[in-house]
Amino acid sequence: MALTKADFAERLFDELGLNKREAKEMVELFFEEIKNSLESGEQVKISGFGKFELRDKNSRPGRNPKTGEEIPITARRVVTFRSGQKLKARVEAYAGTE
Amino acid sequence: MVSGFLLECFKKGTPAPFLSAGLKVTKSELIEELAKKQPHLELRDVELAVKCILEQMSNALASGERIEVRGFGSFSLHYRPPRMGRNPKTGDSVALSSKYVPHFKPGKELRTRVNESREKYKIVD
Repeated sequence: MALTKADFAERLFDELGLNKREAKEMVELFFEEIKNSLESGEQVKISGFGKFELRDKNSRPGRNPKTGEEIPITARRVVTFRSGQKLKARVEAYAGTE
Repeated sequence: MVSGFLLECFKKGTPAPFLSAGLKVTKSELIEELAKKQPHLELRDVELAVKCILEQMSNALASGERIEVRGFGSFSLHYRPPRMGRNPKTGDSVALSSKYVPHFKPGKELRTRVNESREKYKIVD
């Protein structure tokens, strides 16, 4: 069971009293705003949670793992996430059930 | 009122660390932007909503639950097996137990949008 946008919206409706439409819009805009920032080259830092960072990667030689054929991996920009201290500590404490 | 430290930075021409923070988007800037886009809501409500979403995300990960947001990406936990570490000061080895770390995998839309705009925007940091 994974947490989804519908779950976030449900909670905003239950806890903050936003109506369903407002709650849904808020969740959409929240993720859209982070995407917008990253798209325009701005990294996003959310204290207590983590940082969404951008990295420009040079092209490098790669391989098709199935055929072994060599194919270059093109230069690209990627998003990485670094969790903040607080989140890290909370997750570390998770004992795991699987 | 300008603090002595700020004034020092200004005189030396070195940027104060927290002044340059404007270039990176922070939680409060995110809240401001979201408030602008939803003028029918009070700033206070937007703030609470953002905190509520983030808290849910942290709570989910802290209890081992995945998060899946279409177009944005997914968060999950990655297992790290136990290992022998070292105290960097004394050089003593210490047994470190296994643990979980948060992992984010960007979704297809985010990956594409970020990559396609790389010629247009420099990375700001």
